[in-house]
Amino acid sequence: MPLTDALRDDILAAVPSLRAFAISLSGNGDRADDLVQETLLRALANIDSFQPGSNLPAWLFTILRNLFRSDYRKRRREVEDAEGNYAKTLKTQPAQGAHLEFEEFRTALDKLPQDQREALILVGASGFSYEDAATICGCAVGTIKSRVNRARSKLAALLYVDGAEDFGPDETVRAVIGGNG
Amino acid sequence: MKDVKSQASKNTAPGKQGGLNAEIQSRIGHQLRAMYDDVVRQGVPERFADLIRKLDVPPASPQVSQTGDQATNNDGRE
Repeated sequence: MPLTDALRDDILAAVPSLRAFAISLSGNGDRADDLVQETLLRALANIDSFQPGSNLPAWLFTILRNLFRSDYRKRRREVEDAEGNYAKTLKTQPAQGAHLEFEEFRTALDKLPQDQREALILVGASGFSYEDAATICGCAVGTIKSRVNRARSKLAALLYVDGAEDFGPDETVRAVIGGNG
Repeated sequence: MKDVKSQASKNTAPGKQGGLNAEIQSRIGHQLRAMYDDVVRQGVPERFADLIRKLDVPPASPQVSQTGDQATNNDGRE
């Protein structure tokens, strides 16, 4: 369809989440913004192939995801300073404790296989349905579901290895309260 | 007696598989969204707003007169 004002506004409205997706995938703010720029250029150049009434964010995410994939293959051997660059993209630095937790999470996320990471982000953060995520990744809905499940289990294992003993203050708090009463 | 005991143990120590897992998963979901929304809240950087505005050449008027803007297009890039 032609590039109407409304369509342009819709593309603009999708930019914040495209950036978030790009940064989540690449872990690098500068590279993520280049990725978004390339996505927008490609989308605008191919706007005729967008079906009116279909899911514009999903269409844009598909372009970005494919660009990232081809880009990733090229850059695989480059050494990355993922965490440092990611932190720079944030407007406000989280407080110390929260920041540490955040870094740990980011590091764990980067350890996931790419298939699993993108599936988890699309469903768990971007808020796409399993069906839309499957379209974006070009695979079956069942495949997305199993990737998301594996990603969650792996993150849980990486972040909370010791399980019950390590997780949450609930047990301790309960013991303290019980002891006083 | 057996029933009471098993119920009590359920209340004090949530099942390692069920309760704990659900709690960890909700925490992971929360962290994932927090990370993502941090970026979403930054809005649209000027660089992209410019890009989309400038490439908005109306298809109905194919005159070349509109392309003068292009020169400033990449100035914002580092």
